[in-house]
Amino acid sequence: MDFSDTKEEATFRSEVRAWIKDAAPTYLHDSLAASGFGNTRTGEYEPLAEAKKWQKKKADGGWACIQWPKEFGGRGATPMESVIWGQEEGLYGKLAGTFIIGQGMCAPTLMAYGSEAHKQRYLPPLASGEEVWCQLFSEPQSGSDLAGLRTRAEQDGNEWVINGQKIWTSGAHISDFGILITRTDPEVPKHRGLTMFFLNMKSPGVTIKPIKQANGESGFNEVYFDNVRIPDSQRLGEVGGGWQVSLTTLMNERLAIGGSIATGFPEFKALIDNLPLGNGRAIDNPAVRSKLADWYVKSAGLRNTAARAMTALSKGEVPGPENSIGKLVAGGMMQDIAKFALDLQGLGGAIVDPAIAASSARLQAMLLRSPAVRIEGGTDQILRNIIAERVLGLPEELRADKGIPFNKIPSGR
Amino acid sequence: MDFDFSQDEKMIREQVRKMLSARCDSGAVRSVFEGREAYASHVWQGLVEMGVMATAIPEEYGGVGAGYPSLCLVAEQLGAHLAPTPFSSSVYLATEALLLFGTEAQKQAWLPRLAAGEIIGTLAVTETVAQATADSIQLAFADGGLSGAKLIVPDGGIADFALVLARANGGALGLYITDLQQDSVTREAVATVDPSRNSSSITFAQSSAQLLGAAPDQGWSQLQQVLDRAAVLLAFEQLGGAQAALDMAVNYAQERFAFGRPIGSFQALKHMMADMYVALKLAESNCYYAAWALATGSAELPLAAATARVAAIQAFQLCARDNIQVHGGMGFTWEFDCHLFYRRSNYLTLQLGGLAEWENKLVDRLPAGEAA
Ligand SMILES: Cc1cc2nc3c(=O)[nH]c(=O)nc-3n(C[C@H](O)[C@H](O)[C@H](O)COP(=O)(O)OP(=O)(O)OC[C@H]3O[C@@H](n4cnc5c(N)ncnc54)[C@H](O)[C@@H]3O)c2cc1C
Repeated sequence: MDFSDTKEEATFRSEVRAWIKDAAPTYLHDSLAASGFGNTRTGEYEPLAEAKKWQKKKADGGWACIQWPKEFGGRGATPMESVIWGQEEGLYGKLAGTFIIGQGMCAPTLMAYGSEAHKQRYLPPLASGEEVWCQLFSEPQSGSDLAGLRTRAEQDGNEWVINGQKIWTSGAHISDFGILITRTDPEVPKHRGLTMFFLNMKSPGVTIKPIKQANGESGFNEVYFDNVRIPDSQRLGEVGGGWQVSLTTLMNERLAIGGSIATGFPEFKALIDNLPLGNGRAIDNPAVRSKLADWYVKSAGLRNTAARAMTALSKGEVPGPENSIGKLVAGGMMQDIAKFALDLQGLGGAIVDPAIAASSARLQAMLLRSPAVRIEGGTDQILRNIIAERVLGLPEELRADKGIPFNKIPSGR
Repeated sequence: MDFDFSQDEKMIREQVRKMLSARCDSGAVRSVFEGREAYASHVWQGLVEMGVMATAIPEEYGGVGAGYPSLCLVAEQLGAHLAPTPFSSSVYLATEALLLFGTEAQKQAWLPRLAAGEIIGTLAVTETVAQATADSIQLAFADGGLSGAKLIVPDGGIADFALVLARANGGALGLYITDLQQDSVTREAVATVDPSRNSSSITFAQSSAQLLGAAPDQGWSQLQQVLDRAAVLLAFEQLGGAQAALDMAVNYAQERFAFGRPIGSFQALKHMMADMYVALKLAESNCYYAAWALATGSAELPLAAATARVAAIQAFQLCARDNIQVHGGMGFTWEFDCHLFYRRSNYLTLQLGGLAEWENKLVDRLPAGEAA
């Protein structure tokens, strides 16, 4: 058991540090530091342009998606080196939020199911941020029950014709491509009639409508498909094998999110250090101390769990469903922390103006964004189901739709 | 970075697991629980034969110097099997205190016999029904003898000697070694929430004792250092207990049917067990980190120990409590083992000072700012 860098790791770290010191957009440092959860601030600069600029610079220097093979725009780095990169990139990593879905979920799916030509064509610009990808899975009628989706794909010669609607598609409005799961056969049980594609988001018949989120931002969209044509060559996996393909995406989703998970603890700790409470200090209040201890235990537990997963990964083990605990713990915790932190500040805690609010209003931003963490990428309840069934081996839930052809399944609102 | 136990360490765990599976079944636990034995001597003998008391003791004092990570995994197995032995008192507390603060002569005198499991030691602190503070210690040391009483000493009825926190001449606190076999020492069993662990009160009447080490006024801070180390090891026992309680719940939920289906298919129970698993995983990872800090003598040990301790208390209490819930009425019978885990989880919570005390220590030890 050893927590320090090996000699190779230390050498790698100093190489990374030197490069970042030279290349990082230091002019964004203060804005990024004051960024609230779910809204990356870049001050007077345009966020998407800055994100793309930094990503391209990393790519040119050989520091984008470093775990990918070199031929696809990566560096062929080890998982541990990738962790070290993340630690050293620090605040500037916030700029990469735009690319997480494409690089963390779409790319592994392409790597597993795309043709060689596709990988050569699409992966390098995905790594360099020149092309952005989105994930077109959820639909109005199917979120948790993803396999209940209805967007139709019908074959017409060498093409497929798509009709239907996706929803909650993060970043669709700024995306060049997307991976799309569709129903190709409604007459077989739901998991068996699905097929995966990728498509150009500028294809005729694609309409994107932004949705205003509860926290006032607009990160996700509705996407409509009206006779959109996709060449069969852009199919990923077999016809009817879409569910299998989607599992690759979803497994990587948990890793992509789980690795860089925010809990709100550092922000809370910094606030508490100097916060007055009653006639004393918040840090001396027994209720505050008890919660602080509990949340520290959780955030340290997540950090240490990630370190164990990383060790397993570097020994060639495949990360399993146990990684579901990351988002499950972090989401609820962030929501609790934000609520408690505001409560300690009285009515003043309600203020969201970063010029007035403590900690640049980062805790208020968390209060308003954290409900989404408990929904996106698998709700708290779905994650508990996964832990119960796939980790603990408890029996499956009784399913009203089991073995029934998709078009005979009862549906509600 | 390599955040896992080595193959050798895991092998020791496996050997201890095998021995305990054979010797420390529910019957062995119950023979102590129901008062037929003061501790499970057959289990203790098995541990002696495997030499595990010597695990972390350096070779010069009769140990094998295999290091703390191995000892942590031994502790985990003892916890999983609810081993009713004085292992924690003797190994995590008495042995550690001697290693940290004993004079060379004291180490030579006690450690080889502790390593061989020939003698059993313990630590005596608590005097009142309240959280122990430095001010709460009245037991006196004067003219080479201890006088006064300790209210409850884990394994106090079994141990051959104790390290006793006492006040010298009405002044400073120190840790004193005393032989518990002497006539001036009176011991009386105390009934607790967990009768599968011996607990006794001990009264001293000018019983001869010797200062541990050379500093007569460092008792309180020495105690904290010993507790930090023991906290890591005890946390592994709690981890083992939590895992065993969760396993028990999962197994029962698969076999028991209600409303025509296994109760483990009810989502309320599935989610309850998922939460037990989450608490256990967080505790496990925090314990691993603390094991590393203990093994390497890292400056992070105080914070890592408090973190592991708080997480392990939470996990074992939750798993033991909800294991009863999963079992329904069966869970509340004397016959089923659920209550043995429930009792042990609550005893171990208190053994080194309870949750609130360790939460407080944890917060005291957090670095300032966001770095935490
Ligand atoms: C900010 C944000 C970004 C997102 N980005 C994307 C994206 O880029 N691409 C994409 O495809 N999707 C995206 N989503 C969609 C997300 O994956 C779904 O919202 C999520 O899976 C839940 O589905 P739903 O909204 O249909 O809720 P429902 O599935 O209708 O769930 C409603 C409630 O029922 C509960 N429930 C459902 N089934 C069960 C069950 N079996 N057991 C117990 N409880 C159950 C849920 O836990 C929830 O509480 C995003 C969502 C958010 C909030």
